[in-house]
Amino acid sequence: MKKIYKLEDLDCANCAAKMEAAISKIDGVESAAVSFMTQKLTIEADESRLDEIMKKAAKICKKIEPDCKIIVK
Amino acid sequence: MTSGQKKTLIRIIISLVTLVIAAIIPVDGYLRLAVFLVPYFVIGYDILWKAVRNILHGQVFDENFLMAIATVGAFVLGDYLEGSAVMIFYQIGELFQSVAVGKSRKSISSLMDIRPDYANLEKDGEIVESDPEEVSIGDIIVVKPGEKIPLDGVIIEGNTSVDTSALTGESVPRSLTEGDDVISGCINLSGVVRVRVTKEFGESTVAKILDLVENSSSKKAKAENFITKFARYYTPCVVIGAALLAVIPSLITGNWGEWVNRALIFLVISCPCALVISVPLSFFGGIGGASRCGILIKGGNYLETLARTEIVVFDKTGTLTKGVFNVTAIHPEIISEEKLIELAAYAEAYSTHPISRSIRDAFNAEIDKSRISEVKELSGRGVSAVIDGKQVYAGNDKLMDDIGVSWHPCHHTGTTVHVATDNTYAGHIVISDEVKPDSAEAVTALKNTGVKKTVMLTGDAKSVGESTAKQLGLDEVYMELLPDGKVEMVEKLLEEKSDKGRLVFVGDGINDAPVLSRADIGIAMGAVGSDAAIEAADVVLMDDKPSKIALAIDISRRTLSIVHQNIVFALAVKLAVLVLGALGLANMWAAVFADVGVSVIAIINAMRALKTGK
Repeated sequence: MKKIYKLEDLDCANCAAKMEAAISKIDGVESAAVSFMTQKLTIEADESRLDEIMKKAAKICKKIEPDCKIIVK
Repeated sequence: MTSGQKKTLIRIIISLVTLVIAAIIPVDGYLRLAVFLVPYFVIGYDILWKAVRNILHGQVFDENFLMAIATVGAFVLGDYLEGSAVMIFYQIGELFQSVAVGKSRKSISSLMDIRPDYANLEKDGEIVESDPEEVSIGDIIVVKPGEKIPLDGVIIEGNTSVDTSALTGESVPRSLTEGDDVISGCINLSGVVRVRVTKEFGESTVAKILDLVENSSSKKAKAENFITKFARYYTPCVVIGAALLAVIPSLITGNWGEWVNRALIFLVISCPCALVISVPLSFFGGIGGASRCGILIKGGNYLETLARTEIVVFDKTGTLTKGVFNVTAIHPEIISEEKLIELAAYAEAYSTHPISRSIRDAFNAEIDKSRISEVKELSGRGVSAVIDGKQVYAGNDKLMDDIGVSWHPCHHTGTTVHVATDNTYAGHIVISDEVKPDSAEAVTALKNTGVKKTVMLTGDAKSVGESTAKQLGLDEVYMELLPDGKVEMVEKLLEEKSDKGRLVFVGDGINDAPVLSRADIGIAMGAVGSDAAIEAADVVLMDDKPSKIALAIDISRRTLSIVHQNIVFALAVKLAVLVLGALGLANMWAAVFADVGVSVIAIINAMRALKTGK
C-alpha cells in the first residue's frame, strides 16, 4: 500500500537523496521516493508493518538531517 | 524571503562588515586570529554545529562537515581571510539557492492552484460555507461568479460561462446551462449557478488531477536516478582524492602547507548539490509547465520517453475525429432533399442506433408518430415502416438487394443509408464522423518535431479509414481492426521502430486500455470527467485536441535538454576546478563558485523548464 508523508524543514537536496536510499533499504519497504521539490516522502510498504517502518524512517531522517521531521497524520 | 532567510542575510551583512574591519585592523599573532574568528563564527556557527552533530551520527560525507574542515583547515594554515570569506560566500550561495528553490516551488504550486477552499452548501434553505470534502453526492451547492467550482456536478439552475484554463489550457470560456456537467477546478465567470454534486471530493476531477501532479515526482526519470547514484559516489571519491592529494605529494615534496591547501579546495567542491537540486527541479518544472497547458504527465520517466517519440499511433474515432456522427450528404433521386430526410427520419424514428439519431438530428423537426406504423428492425440491414400508408425501407446495400430495388453507391465516404418508397429508389443519405479541426495540424506538427511515422488504427471500413488518413496526411492506416487487432498492430509497430525510438499511442481512453498500456507511452485525451482514461494512460490531455501531442513532445524535449545542459555544465565546471585545484591554479574562491555558484546557475536554468511557450 502506498502512503505519502510531508517532510518538514527538508533543506538539503543531497540529504533527500540519501534519505531515499536509506529508507528504500528498510525491510518491508517496496519502494520509497523523497522529493526535495514537493517536500514529500512517498512510500510503498507492507501495511501491517507500516508503524514499525515509519519509526525506522523517522530515525533515518533524524540521522541524516536532524531538523527534518516526517509529519505522520 | 522567509524569516530564516532574512536571518541568514543579516548574518552575512554583519560578517562581511566585521571581516572588512578585521582585514583593516593592524594586529598580529593570536589577536589577528581572534578578530578574524568574529566574522567566521557569526557566519559559520550553524555549519560548525551541524558538522559536529552529523559526525556524531556517522555522516562523514556531509556537506556541512566538509565545509567545516575546509575552512578550519584554512585557519590552521594561517589563511584567516580566506577561511572566513569562503564561509561567507558559501552562505551567500546557499541563501541564493534556498531563495531560488523557494521561488520555483511557489511558482509551480501557483500553477496548480486549482484546489477549491470551500463549497457553498445549501442546507435547509440556507447557504453554509463548507469544506469540499464534507459535501456528499446529491447535495446542492451554489457557485457564485469568481469562485472555483469545488466539486463535479450538474447544473440544475442558472446559466454561466466557466474558465477551464487551469485544467485544459484553453483560454476561451465555456458557456454552460441547466443540465450541463460542470467540472471541479474551473472558475465560474458570469452567473450564479446551483449545482447538484455527482462526485465526492476525493473522486472529483480536481482531486484526481492534484493527486496525479503531486505523485508525478515519485516516478523518477532515468536522469534523476543517474544523478542520485552519481551523488552517492561523487562525494566519497572527491574526499578520498583530497586525502591523497594532501598526503602523497606532501610526503614527496615536504611542502605540507601547499598540498593541504589544494586538498581543501577539493573538499569545497565535493557536494553534488547543483545536480541533485537542478535535475529534479527541471523535471518538476517541465511537468508543471505542461500541466498548465492541459497536459498531465504522470512522471519524469514518461517525460523522458516522450522526448524520444518516433512513431505516433492514433485511434481514429474520438481521437482524430469527433466521434459524433453527422449527416454529411443528402442525395435524393426523385423527391426533394427535405422529403428524403423526412422519410428516413420517420422510418428510423424508433431506433436508438447512433446513425438513426444523427438522421433525426438532421431532420430537426418534431416527428408525428401517428403517421408511422408497422415498424420492423431488420438486423444487419436497416428498418422498414409504413409511413402515411406507403411502405418505406431505409438501410444498407444488402437491404436494397433484398427488396430488389436497384441502387447506386455514393462517391462520398461514410456510412450510406439508402431509402426506398413503394419499391422505388428514393435516394441515399451519407453519415460520417467529422475530423477534428486541428487533426491535420496535429499530424503536420508531429512531423515537424521529427516524428518518423504517424499511423492510424480504426475499426471502420476501408473506404472511410483511407479517406481520413489521406485527408490528414498520415503515413499509414490499418482498418477493420477489432480491439485485440489494435494491440497486435501496436506490437508489430513496436518491432519496426529503432532501439532508441519510442512508440506513442493516442486514444480517447474508451475501450483502448490494453493498447494504452502496451505502447511505450499511452496518451488519453478528452479526459475531463473520464476516470478510466486518467487511470490507464501515462499522459493525459485534459481537452480533446490532438495538436497538444506535439506540444507535449516539445515540452519534454526542452526539459530534457535543460537537464542535459545542467549535468554537463555542473560536471564540467567541477571537474575543471578539481583539475586546476590539484595543479595549484585554482584557489578556494573558484571552488566556492564551482559549488554554490554552479548550483544557483543550474537552478535558474532549470526554472526555464517551467516556461512552456504559452
